[in-house]
Amino acid sequence: MTQHPRAWVGLLLSLAFSPAYAGWTVNMAPGVTEVSRSVFDLHMTIFWICVVIGVIVFGVMFWSMLIHRRSTGQKPAHFHESTTVEILWTVVPLAILIVMAIPATKVLIEIYDTSESELDIQITGYQWKWHYKYLGEDVEFFSNMSTPKAQIDNRAAKGEHYLLEVDEPLVVPVGTKVRFLITAADVIHSWWVPALAVKKDAIPGFINESWTRIEEPGIYRGQCTELCGKDHGFMPVVVEAKSKEDYAAWLAERKQVAAAERELTSKQWSMDELMERGEKAYATACAACHQVGGEGLPPMFPALKGSAIAMGPAEGHIDIVINGKPGTSMAAFGKQLSPVDLAAIITYERNAWGNKVGDMVTPQDIVAFQKAQE
Amino acid sequence: MSAVIDHGHAGHDHHHGPAKGLMRWVLTTNHKDIGSMYLWFSFAMFLLGGSMAMVIRAELFQPGLQIVQPEFFNQMTTMHGLIMVFGAVMPAFVGLANWMIPLMIGAPDMALPRMNNFSFWLLPAAFGLLVSTLFMEGGGPNFGWTFYAPLSTTYAPESVTFFIFAVHLMGISSIMGAINVVATILNLRAPGMTLMKMPLFVWTWLITAFLLIAVMPVLAGCVTMMLMDIHFGTSFFSAAGGGDPVLFQHVFWFFGHPEVYIMILPAFGAVSSIIPAFARKPLFGYTSMVYATASIAFLSFIVWAHHMFTVGIPLTGELFFMYATMLIAVPTGVKVFNWASTMWRGSMTFEAPMLFSVAFVILFTIGGFSGLMLAIAPADFQYHDTYFVVAHFHYVLVPGAIFGIFASAYYWLPKWTGYMYDETLAKLHFWMSFIGMNLAFFPMHFVGLAGMPRRIPDYNMMFANFNMVSSIGAFMFGVTQLLFLFIVIKCIRGGKPAGAKPWDGAEGLEWTVPSPAPYHTFSTPPDVK
Repeated sequence: MTQHPRAWVGLLLSLAFSPAYAGWTVNMAPGVTEVSRSVFDLHMTIFWICVVIGVIVFGVMFWSMLIHRRSTGQKPAHFHESTTVEILWTVVPLAILIVMAIPATKVLIEIYDTSESELDIQITGYQWKWHYKYLGEDVEFFSNMSTPKAQIDNRAAKGEHYLLEVDEPLVVPVGTKVRFLITAADVIHSWWVPALAVKKDAIPGFINESWTRIEEPGIYRGQCTELCGKDHGFMPVVVEAKSKEDYAAWLAERKQVAAAERELTSKQWSMDELMERGEKAYATACAACHQVGGEGLPPMFPALKGSAIAMGPAEGHIDIVINGKPGTSMAAFGKQLSPVDLAAIITYERNAWGNKVGDMVTPQDIVAFQKAQE
Repeated sequence: MSAVIDHGHAGHDHHHGPAKGLMRWVLTTNHKDIGSMYLWFSFAMFLLGGSMAMVIRAELFQPGLQIVQPEFFNQMTTMHGLIMVFGAVMPAFVGLANWMIPLMIGAPDMALPRMNNFSFWLLPAAFGLLVSTLFMEGGGPNFGWTFYAPLSTTYAPESVTFFIFAVHLMGISSIMGAINVVATILNLRAPGMTLMKMPLFVWTWLITAFLLIAVMPVLAGCVTMMLMDIHFGTSFFSAAGGGDPVLFQHVFWFFGHPEVYIMILPAFGAVSSIIPAFARKPLFGYTSMVYATASIAFLSFIVWAHHMFTVGIPLTGELFFMYATMLIAVPTGVKVFNWASTMWRGSMTFEAPMLFSVAFVILFTIGGFSGLMLAIAPADFQYHDTYFVVAHFHYVLVPGAIFGIFASAYYWLPKWTGYMYDETLAKLHFWMSFIGMNLAFFPMHFVGLAGMPRRIPDYNMMFANFNMVSSIGAFMFGVTQLLFLFIVIKCIRGGKPAGAKPWDGAEGLEWTVPSPAPYHTFSTPPDVK
């Protein structure tokens, strides 16, 4: 918000008045689906029930505190039991709860009905990004937070969607029942978009189901809601709902990009090209743990700068990147990244920050390594 | 039993008072000494856990990372939770139980005094171990106080093994403390003190002790399975080896939900003594209070999965846990209505214990309301793991458990020290705590509903205003607690002498002994009519 030191008062004032998006929202939004509106109605119903009970109970207590005090000369009464009222205030709340449980049950049954979906998307949580795979469409990609580090470190002004913006949003068509198959590759994450009222845990080894049908095109933002380690606060969810035509066009374009990407694998790469691509890919896939300068965060995340693996034989380096290191946070990137990105990252790690091994790992080397493993 | 005590006394007539020096505290088997040590220990942990909360609130004062990095932030949230739950709230109630249960039932001491000493001294060892992890390579526990696997197993820092051992020690201490409470209440009541004549604090502690005995071994099993997964190659919580990460959550919350009642039931009991004392009117519905407490304890065992509505439980399971959870509102409501009826047509005065107790009833009820909202599974999908939950459990734990402890402390301080505390300062302590606490936690409802997840070190600007308000409230609440320390020390050092019964409306055996309570009380049991 502010990168200059200011007096406390100035800070308070600036927060209260300057950015239009620094709001005072006090309630949930109704959202953009039928389910989210049902959930919102449940929320408001139970809220008003609580308010009414609260007004009555607290009203009695405050009345009592104002009137029934020794300073006003009250003599204490001596009653201390009444089976009738005890039964009354057991039965009445019970009845209210039953009245509340009926609509809640209906909505829950609706939420659990994942049948007859028109589009299936597999969502996989990774530390700390989301992977989306359009089942049967040969389209898949990672979605990383795109907020620059400079904004987080208060070196640049924060944008409106600070921490809630990604490089590649999940794109879905409107008016379509989309089923989400949610899982995780490492720890438990939770995929949440408030406007859709969809929150489901992503659990390694298990697949959870959820669904949505968005009515209006738009961009809907959420976040991971299960503590998943260091960058839990930095893995937003962004869903872009497009009209059916726009969605079809987008899907076609994605397929072309995927085909072009596959061609890159067989291309002959030069050292400079690999280093350039490696620097970018390293920043999205590796820098969260091993840091931009390769110094890592030991002992949890070892340094790559000067590391025995990064400066040793290429085989060992390729192996750890592709297969990960079981029992540690080092994930198996073989299935997460394309051969081109793997080759570029490994080449970059071997030659950046003064590592200067001088050799080059090509996409073909990666493909050969993966073939040999099968 | 009494023959053994008499024998011991015959041989050491000159040993009636406390021993001299440090060894008095190391070797003591006196319930009052041990109670005091528990209370001091818990207050120290309260300040430590509180200072971690200050770090959290300072980082969240404005968007962006200013003070700490995410790794350390996660250690702070984790340690704050663990220390407050296991180090501050639980030992405080055990301290109150040690001091007050024998005095309330006319017993000379706890039933198992040596075990009592051991269960206290395990705690400094456990927390020494736990806090030391912060200084280890890789840092302390950073996976939240609920330590979900596999974040707390495969992906944990190396210090997790120390954390597991510390939890084992805390569990052993709690179980021994609970056994002691049960043995004391069931065996050492003065003649005529039937179960249904016991003060509610004794009743709620009896039920709490059974909860502890039932669930602490479950927690021990849970962390032992983690230990196995980490060091011995098992796969209880790893799907890759045929295990299930969700199993962890089922086991944890089977402990965890009764645990939240363990932290609140004794406060229910204390408040049920304090409100009648200052309303000068008997507690309304004593019998229904006992049954309501027992019902809450029973229900606490069958609602655990409401913490896990989003993990993908089948529809029928989800419905069962939703209905069972909603049911808890009934006995809890009964208790609140009983307290309000106790106040009705009383002759009330508002000394510090009463202020804290009335705030307890009102603010705990607000926490109960948000609890009821959270019970509605479809709505919970929106609330789950957001600041709305943080607001909810801080409303039941801060003005619930903590205010209950403050109310008890002020109520019984004259009995413990022989002096009246400074009422003006105590009222200041109350109002600063009350305002600070509401300022800190009420806005959390808003940011939670607006979509802010919990356990994040940084947030979007739309949450900025209320976070700043929260932080200001939290700092205010934090600083105010130093005032409490001052009030207590001042009260120990002197003041207006307190008579045996400083509160004119108070009832109970504890007010029949002089203030300060002599080192040994009820060596011959009193007569209870």
